[in-house]
Amino acid sequence: MLIPEAHQIYVCADNCMRGVVLTAAEMHAEDRFSFVIVEEQNLLNGDLEDLTIEGTADLIRKLKKMPKAILLFTVCIHHFIGCDLERIYRELEEQFPEITFLRCYMDPIMQKHGPTPDQKLRKAMYESLDSEPDKMDTKQISILGSDFALDQSSDLKELLPKAGYTVRELQSCRTWEEYKELGNAGTFLCCYPSGKYGIELLAKRLDRTFLYLPLSFDYEEIKKEEEILWNTLKPEDNQELLPWIEKKISLCEAALEHTRQVIGNTPIAIDYTFHPRPLGLAKLLLTHGFNVETVYLDSISPEEKEAFAWLKEKKPELELRSTVHAKMRLLHEEHATDKILAIGQKAAWFTGSRYFVNLVQGAGLQGGFDGIRRTAELMEEAFSEEKDPKTLIVKKGWGGCTSCI
Amino acid sequence: MRQAYRIIPIYTSDVSGVCSALYELGGMVVIHDPSGCNSTYNTHDEIRWYNQDSLIFISGLTEIDAVMGGNDEKFLSDIKEAAGELHPKFIALVSSPIPFMNGTDFPALAKVLETETGIPAFAVPTNGMHDYVYGAGKALEEIARRFVPEQMEDRNGSERTVNLLGATPLDFGPISKVEELKKNLEQYEWKVISTWAMEDSLEDLAQAGKAEMNLVISSVGLRAAKMLKEKYGTPYVIGTPYKEYAERISEALEKRIQIPAIEDRRRENLQGTGNSEKIITLIGEPVTIGSLAAIIERRYHYKTRILCPLENAEGLLGEHDLKICGEEEMENA
Repeated sequence: MLIPEAHQIYVCADNCMRGVVLTAAEMHAEDRFSFVIVEEQNLLNGDLEDLTIEGTADLIRKLKKMPKAILLFTVCIHHFIGCDLERIYRELEEQFPEITFLRCYMDPIMQKHGPTPDQKLRKAMYESLDSEPDKMDTKQISILGSDFALDQSSDLKELLPKAGYTVRELQSCRTWEEYKELGNAGTFLCCYPSGKYGIELLAKRLDRTFLYLPLSFDYEEIKKEEEILWNTLKPEDNQELLPWIEKKISLCEAALEHTRQVIGNTPIAIDYTFHPRPLGLAKLLLTHGFNVETVYLDSISPEEKEAFAWLKEKKPELELRSTVHAKMRLLHEEHATDKILAIGQKAAWFTGSRYFVNLVQGAGLQGGFDGIRRTAELMEEAFSEEKDPKTLIVKKGWGGCTSCI
Repeated sequence: MRQAYRIIPIYTSDVSGVCSALYELGGMVVIHDPSGCNSTYNTHDEIRWYNQDSLIFISGLTEIDAVMGGNDEKFLSDIKEAAGELHPKFIALVSSPIPFMNGTDFPALAKVLETETGIPAFAVPTNGMHDYVYGAGKALEEIARRFVPEQMEDRNGSERTVNLLGATPLDFGPISKVEELKKNLEQYEWKVISTWAMEDSLEDLAQAGKAEMNLVISSVGLRAAKMLKEKYGTPYVIGTPYKEYAERISEALEKRIQIPAIEDRRRENLQGTGNSEKIITLIGEPVTIGSLAAIIERRYHYKTRILCPLENAEGLLGEHDLKICGEEEMENA
């Protein structure tokens, strides 16, 4: 739904469709969403290509306004049945030459092999970006790959203008033309792990500079990332970065200390939906005197290898709990016995805490040291303000998809 | 095009129907699926997560498992391990589109599970391409087949006793709504033996053979009613005992009028009195909406017409009603 003037069409069976259509409704985006239902006969007769082409074409013809782009989502059954996707897109592009068709996939069966559906979607979202060589602006940076715009206070939004660069993000595009202008950037920057695959390919395709500066909770890693950025950008007046970094670190330290004084020894539980670096966050908090007891996660990202090794050695008492293990269906509390600060919705569900940071995917916190400072602030807010998890967690698409479900 | 939709969301599928029907019965439901699509059940089709636990799982089927024929051993081993720890009263296997396509033999897998774990196991033949009425209906039919004993020692003499068949939040929302229906019937001195399947346990449902009558309160309960009729000869009536309709349902139970709403609406439509020039169209599940239509006709004398987008509506609709297939047909109707 982030791409302006685009319309989504899903082609799948009832069971998959129900969730998608109702999520679109929760987002009040029904008018940007249509679908084609696959039935048994389509699988048995082998006419899934025809159904997809004719259904999509029928829906497009009935739209009140011709969209600039169609995000056409095919699903597991298309791939499993060996559907000729190229034929589908070719015929649709011939019928509607004025529309850009983006190849999108909702095939969770592929989530453990090769690029995940999430990675492929983040690639597809930028496939129509292009740029005339003379329109390429070396002083423009497009920050892409995440569902969220960076906070205004983020390091990147402070550093890039300082170095004389204009920042563009998908979230601020209001028209298809603005979206297309994202492609004019001389540099594509990605902070979100699932976006890296697609944005790197985009940079390669358009022959642009690519920077991957993953969000982190480690001072040294952020420092290195920002030095790489600074050296790549080559700011005109040779401003020094180090004093700026030192100032930012001292702000982080002050924020963390303030939060620690407020929260004290209250147990903390973190989950992986809050941020792609839950172990990094646990390490940061433990090294600053917080009482992190549990991290809920189902796998450990290669980017967290060092944090994991450190925690294993220095904090062996830290519990790592799976969220998908069968027993976890019952191992959750309705109400926490003692006050627990939960960071993330799944941590709130499992601990039964009403004090939780209600954020997914790191949201706009992906901007270096400022992300640490803001996390400390959010923890303090969550600790002081009771929330009702029952009304917040279950609403998948409300408030711009802030649920982890 | 019949299968293309722009306006109306779709009903939930057979898979969610099974989960919803079996949610409170203490069993373990395993959906053989990659997991993404069936998160639908978690996010949009189940309202009881916060008040009541249930053992509903997804197998996490992967591409390799699907290509290699489902990797049945892994599927079975995961279920056995979980069942060994969680001790469910039964295991229900639920299929989704990919296992449907590769022909996974669920009845055989259920048999293996039952033999190896000693826990009753059965498969519900879903594929994610039918509606919830089909899935929930098949699940309750299976409960009637497997868990209601063939013989009931004290089943005679239970006059004015009834089972309510077809209660799920998908049709009725929270339990308070079903309790209202029960109270409405109790006002006319009917005693409810069991409610299939909200707020009653598997053991309560096993007592269903003791009832004099069965009342199908939504089409979800129809298959179970037929199964109980086959087992015990228990007659059934189809209708929802809303407050304004409970007296008529009570009468139908006494006189064994199978679908009172159709009879009432036929009579009212023919009368054509009062406001009958105006036609009110109701869209939805045929039993609940049929009872509502009958109330509207009897009390307010409006003509009604039902558009039913669900699959198994045969015999449940009146002569002016339409079974609708797709949004385009709905628009034309």
